[in-house]
Amino acid sequence: MDLFLQQIFNGVMLGSTYAIVALGLTLVYGILQIPNFAHGHMYMLGAYVCFFLITVVAIPYWPAVAVTAAFMAGGGVVLEWLAYRPLRHESPINSLIAALGALIVLENGVIALWGPQGHRIGNPFPAVFDVLGITMSGQRLLVIVIGVALMLLLQLFIKKTTLGSTIEAVAQNQEGAMLVGINVNLVSSLTFAISTGLAAVAACLVAPIFMISPSMGAMLGMKAFIICILGGLGSVPGAIFGGLILGLIEALGGGYISSAYKDVFAFGALVLILAIKPTGLFGKEVQGRW
Amino acid sequence: MLKLKNVTTMIGEHQVILDVSLEIAEGDFVALLGGNGAGKSTLFRTIAGVLSPSRGKVEFKGEAIHKYPAHKIVGKGLCLCPEGRLLFPQLPVYKNLMLGAYRRKDKRDIKDSLEQVYALFPILKERRKQMAGTFSGGEQQMLAIGRAIMSKPQMLLLDEPSMGLAPLIVEGIADAISTLNKTGITVFLSEQNAQIALMITRHGYVLENGSLVLEGLSADLLQNEKVKKAYLGT
Amino acid sequence: MVTWLQEKWFYVVIMALALIVPFFVPNRYIFQIIIMSCLFAIGALSLNLILGYTGQASLAHGAFFGIGAYGVAILTTTLGWSFWAALPVAALSSAFLGLIVGIPALRTRGAYFAIATLCLGEIVVLVAGNWTGLTGGQNGIVGIKPPDAIPIPMIGEISFQSQTSQYYLVLAFLLLTIFIMHRLVYSLKGLTFMAIRNNEVLAEAVGINTTKAKLLSFVVANFFAGMAGGIYASLISSISPSVASLKITFDFLLYVLLGGAASLAGPILGAFALPVLMEYLQFLHGYQMIVFGVLLVVVIIYCPRGLMGGITNLLAKINNKRMGS
Repeated sequence: MDLFLQQIFNGVMLGSTYAIVALGLTLVYGILQIPNFAHGHMYMLGAYVCFFLITVVAIPYWPAVAVTAAFMAGGGVVLEWLAYRPLRHESPINSLIAALGALIVLENGVIALWGPQGHRIGNPFPAVFDVLGITMSGQRLLVIVIGVALMLLLQLFIKKTTLGSTIEAVAQNQEGAMLVGINVNLVSSLTFAISTGLAAVAACLVAPIFMISPSMGAMLGMKAFIICILGGLGSVPGAIFGGLILGLIEALGGGYISSAYKDVFAFGALVLILAIKPTGLFGKEVQGRW
Repeated sequence: MLKLKNVTTMIGEHQVILDVSLEIAEGDFVALLGGNGAGKSTLFRTIAGVLSPSRGKVEFKGEAIHKYPAHKIVGKGLCLCPEGRLLFPQLPVYKNLMLGAYRRKDKRDIKDSLEQVYALFPILKERRKQMAGTFSGGEQQMLAIGRAIMSKPQMLLLDEPSMGLAPLIVEGIADAISTLNKTGITVFLSEQNAQIALMITRHGYVLENGSLVLEGLSADLLQNEKVKKAYLGT
Repeated sequence: MVTWLQEKWFYVVIMALALIVPFFVPNRYIFQIIIMSCLFAIGALSLNLILGYTGQASLAHGAFFGIGAYGVAILTTTLGWSFWAALPVAALSSAFLGLIVGIPALRTRGAYFAIATLCLGEIVVLVAGNWTGLTGGQNGIVGIKPPDAIPIPMIGEISFQSQTSQYYLVLAFLLLTIFIMHRLVYSLKGLTFMAIRNNEVLAEAVGINTTKAKLLSFVVANFFAGMAGGIYASLISSISPSVASLKITFDFLLYVLLGGAASLAGPILGAFALPVLMEYLQFLHGYQMIVFGVLLVVVIIYCPRGLMGGITNLLAKINNKRMGS
């Protein structure tokens, strides 16, 4: 029973991270109508920027997270402007190639600057709590708390503010949005900024727990896609729900069955679900460009 | 108020609008007739800034707007209620309406506009929390017009509002549009349904294969032999 | 005969050049690149069938290539089969897996299909890396022999130990692939494929069984991918899970898209041009991939239809000038 609860805790922690990253991906899908294949690598870059700020520039953890989020938000805007905007009217597969180019640059750029080996960020919250037989490390708890807070803030932003509703508007009908006076390009940039900023925060939170490495983005990116598909591309609650489910599947599957094959469960679950419901768990009929 | 000078619009390699010139005065109520594929929607989208003319000029209140993007033109007081309505299907009615007022600077008067829309289309007030995508065709059209009104336009472009709607609903919408024009909004109405369009408007243009082939007082056009044969089914 | 020659002289010249390559190649290293490019051209052409002609983005292509490679590797080393028996079995296994996987996967479209195939591909890599008993795990399989010699009565035998013989082997398979692709694409089936790419909903409405057509293109494509993989294993003599990896998939994708999808020459062009480009960039050492990534973005933005697209545009412009004057 203890092991079970422990895995649930880990699953929720993992799930919160996945959910935040998937949220960004799903928001951008709503706007672009194609998935951002470089998303995982932007997450990875966020971790490295945080690492750089803490170890080289020597700022404390929380300011580093804030600066990283702001910097990566800008990075997202640049990515959109360079790789996605020029290809808006072409086949979506061309955007995939551009994203591929971007992620090659990101991964190899990071290797060139910091080497291919992994790095560690010091743990800013080393306290450990023992609750109901579950060992909760402070940092992991923080991931859950901040993760949930960010999800709530994002929902509030989208549903309760005018700017937030422009994101929904553009995602639901781009030309309609233009006709009510919304500057679609601006909304697109804003969405990318939020998306990448969120991923960066997730990366910073998780960096002290696991090691950071240039290849950490690829696997996470793929899982983010899985989550978005599970929850339906473009659906915010779907991303949150899907993220938590995936985190739990991985933690429980990895803990009880086999750690080596844990990723297979995630991928297998996805293929199974798509076989039954080709547009994802909460997805609607594919209206997008693809 | 609106002036088009030799406007030509291409879509791909196709010349969809060819050398169109027209003028609409403030407060006027003008119809644009034409069959399927004549280019009415393309013309309206060109005026609204969704498309760019490859030649010619579009002037609104003396200002050249043909190079402006669509979102800027809304801010100038010219609003298109498009063919296909283009609503936000997963947002409730009141959010669709509030987004219509996105460009407005006079935040306090937005409430008044909302009341105006609710007065014109009471069903929108009743169902203001319902998702726009669940509405019927006629109700969606009302919402689309309502959204356009929310931008407090000086000129309204209505692209085939009667499309796909039952005759009774069409009448109701036609009444609403006439009422709007009486409050001072200039209305440019494009329709395949020539009968009702010519009955409520003052002046009319006929578009065929992208060019203007006929114009005149709506009352005269109703009696015009060519118009009768082509668009009135008599 | 003469008119045929007039129209197709370009292809005849290329064929002739291809046949005499071994006499002009400067060293083993470059020869190896050429041989590999021919192999990858087969993989690219088969991906093109799915991507360029039916418009579906399969991100599992590397996995099917890998299955063919492991098929030949396991059959020839563990079971001692002859290459010539192992190759068709490996290719058919790839096709068969494509069938099983394709039936559920092809119910999805667009981005969903891409991600589903991405995950399938990853499953293959993970299984290859972990099923140590069958695949040798992360260490893979070593000591795969080159294709067995073919005995020719009264003359002797053709052995495939030398690079030259391997080159002609690969060239022969490439030509076979081109021939089959050509017949397929220019047949009624091929038109069906393109109808699906252009507008799947419309294609269904006019009575095309899109599921059958998509499945057919998927299975055929994976057969050729597996075939290419099987030959690869035999020539390169040792394989590891990376042979089924996403990198291979992306390589194929690049060859097709940068060479020009929906044409037969495009993927072949891409399969040769890109490795050549990579070789040129070698001098940059650590920064080689960064420059490659940047070039990728630049090329896809300015040449969205790839090299073939650029060439066709150029030819069209030249033609217009000629007709105009």
